[in-house]
Amino acid sequence: MSSTTRIITCIVCPEGCKVSVSMEGDTITGVSGHGCKRGLAYARQEAVAPMRTLTTSVRVVGGVQPLVSVKTSAPVPRERLHDIMACVRTCSVSAPVRQGEAVLTNVLGLGVDLVATRTVERDCPPRSS
Amino acid sequence: MKSNYDLIVIGGGPAGLAAALGALRNGVQDILIIERERFLGGILNQCIHTGFGLREFGEELTGPEYAERFERQVLQAGISCLVDAMVLDITRDNHVVAISPEYGRLEFSPRAIVLAMGCRERTRGALMVPGTRPAGVMTAGTAQRLMNVEGYLPGRDIVILGSGDIGLIMARRFTLEGASVKAVLEVMPYSTGLTRNVVQCLDDYGIPLMLSHTVTAVHGAKRVSGVTVAQVDARRDVLQGTEQDIACDTLITSVGLIPENELSKRAGVELDPATGGAVVNQRLETSVPGIFACGNVLQVHDLVDNVSEEARHAGANAADMIAGRLARTEDKIRIVPGPGVRYVVPQWIDLRDMDERVVLSMRPDDVFRQVTLEVVAEGQDTPLARFQRRRLTPGEMVMLNVDSAVFHTSADRISVRVA
Repeated sequence: MSSTTRIITCIVCPEGCKVSVSMEGDTITGVSGHGCKRGLAYARQEAVAPMRTLTTSVRVVGGVQPLVSVKTSAPVPRERLHDIMACVRTCSVSAPVRQGEAVLTNVLGLGVDLVATRTVERDCPPRSS
Repeated sequence: MKSNYDLIVIGGGPAGLAAALGALRNGVQDILIIERERFLGGILNQCIHTGFGLREFGEELTGPEYAERFERQVLQAGISCLVDAMVLDITRDNHVVAISPEYGRLEFSPRAIVLAMGCRERTRGALMVPGTRPAGVMTAGTAQRLMNVEGYLPGRDIVILGSGDIGLIMARRFTLEGASVKAVLEVMPYSTGLTRNVVQCLDDYGIPLMLSHTVTAVHGAKRVSGVTVAQVDARRDVLQGTEQDIACDTLITSVGLIPENELSKRAGVELDPATGGAVVNQRLETSVPGIFACGNVLQVHDLVDNVSEEARHAGANAADMIAGRLARTEDKIRIVPGPGVRYVVPQWIDLRDMDERVVLSMRPDDVFRQVTLEVVAEGQDTPLARFQRRRLTPGEMVMLNVDSAVFHTSADRISVRVA
């Protein structure tokens, strides 16, 4: 198996430590350069399977605003972000939408929901004259 | 619409909402928030990314979630909010003139005013980038609003000038929405944004960050067709021969924020050229009695949590003034930036009726490691107070929590310096 060393910039705090992670294939064999325990955990996760919370927006039908902002209910694998975006682009939701409400459940079978981060009320129907 | 309120808060963003809540907590109930947009929450509504609220709520929220929590508190407390209304003037006797499509012209004579108008982005005009004037040049905040609030993608091939946090976040946002970000340029030799944003917004997507680079020309007739970029030296002068062209249809600028103080000037409020905001005392009261300032209109902040805290303090002090609990005195001492410090807020300490502690906010003028920030009385060698810091950078505001006793000195001025 091939051994590699990756330098990961820690994002846990503003210090931005450069953490060096050595690997044999998929197994971590050594970590150095981290400044704290949280940084160690971050670097280990980042080396094996980087995870990100995705935030974007979804089209709203009949709302006081055309979009509602959303986030994934938990971090998702980084390499799936573009797949999720492609899925989000095809969907829309009807107003009203409440903050905290899932607008899409179990996105791409990843076990996370897409949750509204803003309330968008229904737009008043135009008055007939 | 009532014509008189004890307190008028101008701006319904994070600062205005927290200021109203701070005033309420200190006993003032008759409050009106005036907001220019149709919705409360200010800039947070378009900041759909996470990273807000770690200090305030102990969890990482998106901008809209943070705003909605404050909005709910304000509405539940019965604080009056006038949206879609613009304050046009504050006259010299603290008279507020506003206009709204619903109510027409409105006038108020409150007992106190909190300024919470926020800040605006520096534009291409302020940068003086030469070239043609095609469509497709806009600030990062404008692009953010178009994409996150209105639902338009304003370009396909993007160059971003400025590596502040908004520029970095927009690089990611454009990429996720299917545009191609060619490069982020930064005139300084370091990114002015948070490290985590460089990692999560650029590195994650393989977007090049070109440090010590700037745009020297914009090309295109009707629409941007490209930009010329070049390397700069330590004095930020362009290095001849390093120019290269990058084809793009959009140039996004993220090159700094300026407190929006047009109204403050009308009211006669003295401004600090270093911050672009009002000169205030530790109660965040401006040079005009009864007018307080907080949030990005006072000084540009990095974190909304700090805005909320500062604004609550301003609101609480406005309430104390309304209740007659604050006597304004001439017994005061000037606070000035010393070597290594760009500015300090507040600029004055009023020595009577002091709280136990005073928060001094400041920015260093360079990157420093393992240093001490010293509070020094003019003409004295021994610092009045010392604060050790592992790392200082202009991109991160420093807040020192100083014991009030320190300010009772015979000197006329106190400075804060990096040592």
